[in-house]
Amino acid sequence: MFRVSRESLNLQELVDFVTDPEAGAIVTFIGTTRNNNEGRRVIALDYDAYAEMAEKELSRIGAQAEQRWKIRRMAIVHRVGPVQITQSSVAIAVSAAHRADAFEACRFAIEEIKKTVPIWKKEVFEGGEVWIGTQSGQPLSPGK
Amino acid sequence: MKVKVKFFAILRERVGKGEVVKEVDEGCTVKELWATLQKDHPKLAGAQTRLLYAVNQDYVSGDHVLKERDEVVFVPPVSGG
Repeated sequence: MFRVSRESLNLQELVDFVTDPEAGAIVTFIGTTRNNNEGRRVIALDYDAYAEMAEKELSRIGAQAEQRWKIRRMAIVHRVGPVQITQSSVAIAVSAAHRADAFEACRFAIEEIKKTVPIWKKEVFEGGEVWIGTQSGQPLSPGK
Repeated sequence: MKVKVKFFAILRERVGKGEVVKEVDEGCTVKELWATLQKDHPKLAGAQTRLLYAVNQDYVSGDHVLKERDEVVFVPPVSGG
Protein backbone atom coordinates (compact mmCIF):
# COMPACT_ATOMS: atom_id res chain seq x y z
CA MET A 1 0.00 0.00 0.00
CA PHE A 2 1.71 3.15 -1.24
CA ARG A 3 -0.63 6.08 -1.29
CA VAL A 4 -1.05 9.84 -1.13
CA SER A 5 -4.24 10.85 0.63
CA ARG A 6 -6.30 13.92 1.52
CA GLU A 7 -7.91 12.07 4.43
CA SER A 8 -6.50 11.98 7.95
CA LEU A 9 -4.26 8.96 8.42
CA ASN A 10 -5.41 5.75 10.06
CA LEU A 11 -2.42 3.79 11.32
CA GLN A 12 -4.52 0.71 12.05
CA GLU A 13 -5.32 0.44 8.36
CA LEU A 14 -1.59 0.20 7.57
CA VAL A 15 -0.96 -2.27 10.38
CA ASP A 16 -3.79 -4.47 9.12
CA PHE A 17 -2.30 -4.30 5.63
CA VAL A 18 1.16 -5.51 6.70
CA THR A 19 -0.11 -8.12 9.16
CA ASP A 20 1.31 -11.44 8.05
CA PRO A 21 1.36 -14.90 9.63
CA GLU A 22 5.10 -15.20 8.97
CA ALA A 23 5.89 -11.88 10.65
CA GLY A 24 7.26 -11.70 14.15
CA ALA A 25 7.42 -7.91 14.22
CA ILE A 26 5.58 -4.88 12.91
CA VAL A 27 7.33 -1.51 13.17
CA THR A 28 5.40 1.70 12.57
CA PHE A 29 6.41 5.32 12.17
CA ILE A 30 4.22 8.40 12.26
CA GLY A 31 5.43 11.86 11.30
CA THR A 32 3.46 14.57 13.09
CA THR A 33 3.17 18.34 12.82
CA ARG A 34 5.29 20.10 15.44
CA ASN A 35 4.30 23.52 16.80
CA ASN A 36 7.74 25.08 16.27
CA ASN A 37 10.53 25.05 13.71
CA GLU A 38 13.81 26.97 13.72
CA GLY A 39 12.45 29.43 16.24
CA ARG A 40 9.16 29.99 14.44
CA ARG A 41 5.77 29.28 15.98
CA VAL A 42 4.18 26.93 13.48
CA ILE A 43 0.42 27.11 12.94
CA ALA A 44 0.05 24.28 10.40
CA LEU A 45 1.76 22.54 7.51
CA ASP A 46 0.24 22.46 4.06
CA TYR A 47 1.42 19.62 1.81
CA ASP A 48 1.37 19.56 -1.98
CA ALA A 49 2.21 16.46 -4.00
CA TYR A 50 2.65 15.28 -7.56
CA ALA A 51 0.44 12.41 -6.52
CA GLU A 52 0.88 9.94 -9.39
CA MET A 53 4.65 10.17 -9.28
CA ALA A 54 4.77 10.29 -5.47
CA GLU A 55 2.92 6.97 -5.27
CA LYS A 56 5.29 5.51 -7.83
CA GLU A 57 8.31 6.71 -5.83
CA LEU A 58 6.83 5.35 -2.61
CA SER A 59 6.43 1.91 -4.16
CA ARG A 60 10.00 2.12 -5.48
CA ILE A 61 11.14 2.73 -1.90
CA GLY A 62 9.16 -0.35 -0.87
CA ALA A 63 10.82 -2.44 -3.60
CA GLN A 64 14.28 -1.24 -2.55
CA ALA A 65 13.56 -2.07 1.09
CA GLU A 66 12.48 -5.56 0.06
CA GLN A 67 15.79 -6.06 -1.71
CA ARG A 68 17.87 -4.86 1.22
CA TRP A 69 16.05 -6.41 4.20
CA LYS A 70 14.01 -9.51 4.82
CA ILE A 71 10.67 -7.82 5.22
CA ARG A 72 7.21 -9.26 4.59
CA ARG A 73 5.12 -6.21 3.71
CA MET A 74 5.32 -2.44 3.76
CA ALA A 75 2.70 0.30 3.72
CA ILE A 76 3.26 4.05 3.38
CA VAL A 77 0.56 6.71 3.28
CA HIS A 78 1.41 10.40 3.01
CA ARG A 79 -1.10 13.13 3.58
CA VAL A 80 -1.63 16.16 1.33
CA GLY A 81 -3.43 19.40 2.09
CA PRO A 82 -3.40 21.17 5.46
CA VAL A 83 -2.18 19.21 8.48
CA GLN A 84 -2.75 20.80 11.89
CA ILE A 85 -0.43 20.68 14.91
CA THR A 86 -0.25 17.15 16.43
CA GLN A 87 -1.84 15.57 13.34
CA SER A 88 -0.03 12.98 11.22
CA SER A 89 1.48 13.78 7.84
CA VAL A 90 3.01 10.39 7.07
CA ALA A 91 2.53 6.85 8.35
CA ILE A 92 4.68 3.80 7.65
CA ALA A 93 4.20 0.18 8.70
CA VAL A 94 6.63 -2.66 8.01
CA SER A 95 6.32 -6.31 8.93
CA ALA A 96 9.20 -8.79 9.06
CA ALA A 97 10.04 -12.15 10.51
CA HIS A 98 12.47 -10.42 12.87
CA ARG A 99 12.44 -6.95 14.38
CA ALA A 100 15.85 -5.75 13.21
CA ASP A 101 14.81 -5.91 9.55
CA ALA A 102 11.52 -4.15 10.30
CA PHE A 103 13.21 -1.32 12.23
CA GLU A 104 15.87 -0.74 9.60
CA ALA A 105 13.48 -0.87 6.65
CA CYS A 106 11.14 1.58 8.39
CA ARG A 107 13.98 4.01 9.07
CA PHE A 108 15.16 3.67 5.47
CA ALA A 109 11.66 4.43 4.19
CA ILE A 110 11.22 7.71 6.07
CA GLU A 111 14.73 8.91 5.16
CA GLU A 112 14.15 8.13 1.46
CA ILE A 113 10.76 9.85 1.46
CA LYS A 114 12.51 13.05 2.47
CA LYS A 115 14.99 12.74 -0.42
CA THR A 116 13.16 11.67 -3.54
CA VAL A 117 9.38 11.69 -3.30
CA PRO A 118 7.75 14.71 -5.00
CA ILE A 119 5.90 16.02 -1.96
CA TRP A 120 6.39 19.52 -0.58
CA LYS A 121 5.46 21.11 2.72
CA LYS A 122 4.60 24.73 3.21
CA GLU A 123 5.08 25.87 6.76
CA VAL A 124 2.47 28.35 7.90
CA PHE A 125 3.86 30.18 10.91
CA GLU A 126 3.07 33.28 12.93
CA GLY A 127 3.99 36.11 10.59
CA GLY A 128 4.31 34.26 7.29
CA GLU A 129 4.70 31.09 5.31
CA VAL A 130 7.55 29.31 3.55
CA TRP A 131 7.99 26.31 1.27
CA ILE A 132 10.48 24.17 3.18
CA GLY A 133 13.59 23.32 1.15
CA THR A 134 13.48 26.43 -0.99
CA GLN A 135 14.27 28.96 1.72
CA SER A 136 18.03 28.40 1.71
CA GLY A 137 20.73 27.67 -0.87
CA GLN A 138 19.87 28.99 -4.29
CA PRO A 139 16.36 30.35 -3.82
CA LEU A 140 13.83 31.22 -6.46
CA SER A 141 14.34 34.91 -7.11
CA PRO A 142 12.04 36.27 -4.42
CA GLY A 143 9.24 38.70 -4.97
CA LYS A 144 9.79 39.48 -8.69
CA MET B 1 4.62 19.39 -30.90
CA LYS B 2 2.81 19.89 -27.63
CA VAL B 3 3.87 18.92 -24.13
CA LYS B 4 2.03 19.32 -20.85
CA VAL B 5 3.78 21.00 -17.93
CA LYS B 6 2.44 20.62 -14.40
CA PHE B 7 3.47 22.97 -11.58
CA PHE B 8 3.55 22.15 -7.90
CA ALA B 9 4.31 23.85 -4.60
CA ILE B 10 6.31 27.08 -4.95
CA LEU B 11 6.29 26.87 -8.76
CA ARG B 12 2.50 26.59 -8.85
CA GLU B 13 2.28 29.72 -6.71
CA ARG B 14 4.76 31.59 -8.90
CA VAL B 15 3.00 30.70 -12.15
CA GLY B 16 -0.48 31.09 -10.70
CA LYS B 17 -1.79 27.85 -12.21
CA GLY B 18 -1.17 24.14 -12.01
CA GLU B 19 -0.75 23.25 -15.63
CA VAL B 20 0.14 24.67 -19.04
CA VAL B 21 0.37 23.15 -22.51
CA LYS B 22 3.43 24.33 -24.43
CA GLU B 23 4.25 24.15 -28.12
CA VAL B 24 7.93 23.17 -28.47
CA ASP B 25 10.24 22.27 -31.36
CA GLU B 26 11.32 18.71 -32.15
CA GLY B 27 14.48 17.91 -30.18
CA CYS B 28 13.66 20.31 -27.37
CA THR B 29 15.24 19.24 -24.09
CA VAL B 30 13.76 19.58 -20.62
CA LYS B 31 16.28 22.28 -19.78
CA GLU B 32 15.41 24.25 -22.92
CA LEU B 33 11.73 23.99 -22.03
CA TRP B 34 12.54 25.45 -18.61
CA ALA B 35 14.32 28.40 -20.24
CA THR B 36 11.24 29.04 -22.40
CA LEU B 37 8.95 28.87 -19.38
CA GLN B 38 11.12 31.39 -17.55
CA LYS B 39 10.53 33.82 -20.43
CA ASP B 40 6.77 33.20 -20.28
CA HIS B 41 6.69 33.49 -16.49
CA PRO B 42 9.41 35.89 -15.26
CA LYS B 43 8.66 34.87 -11.67
CA LEU B 44 10.27 31.50 -12.41
CA ALA B 45 13.64 33.11 -13.09
CA GLY B 46 16.46 31.99 -10.82
CA ALA B 47 15.11 28.55 -9.92
CA GLN B 48 17.31 26.53 -12.30
CA THR B 49 20.09 25.24 -10.04
CA ARG B 50 17.86 23.61 -7.46
CA LEU B 51 15.41 21.80 -9.72
CA LEU B 52 15.07 18.17 -10.66
CA TYR B 53 13.24 17.18 -13.82
CA ALA B 54 10.53 14.54 -14.24
CA VAL B 55 9.06 13.34 -17.51
CA ASN B 56 6.06 11.02 -17.45
CA GLN B 57 6.62 10.50 -13.72
CA ASP B 58 10.26 9.46 -13.87
CA TYR B 59 13.27 11.59 -12.97
CA VAL B 60 15.36 12.48 -16.04
CA SER B 61 18.43 14.62 -16.70
CA GLY B 62 18.21 18.14 -18.10
CA ASP B 63 19.28 17.03 -21.58
CA HIS B 64 16.40 14.56 -21.88
CA VAL B 65 14.71 15.13 -25.27
CA LEU B 66 10.96 15.67 -25.14
CA LYS B 67 8.35 13.85 -27.18
CA GLU B 68 4.82 14.76 -28.22
CA ARG B 69 2.35 14.76 -25.29
CA ASP B 70 5.03 14.23 -22.62
CA GLU B 71 4.06 15.29 -19.11
CA VAL B 72 6.85 17.41 -17.66
CA VAL B 73 7.26 18.43 -14.03
CA PHE B 74 9.99 20.66 -12.59
CA VAL B 75 10.67 19.42 -9.09
CA PRO B 76 11.78 21.97 -6.50
CA PRO B 77 13.56 20.56 -3.41
CA VAL B 78 11.22 17.96 -1.93
CA SER B 79 10.20 18.21 1.72
CA GLY B 80 7.81 15.37 2.47
CA GLY B 81 7.67 13.56 5.77
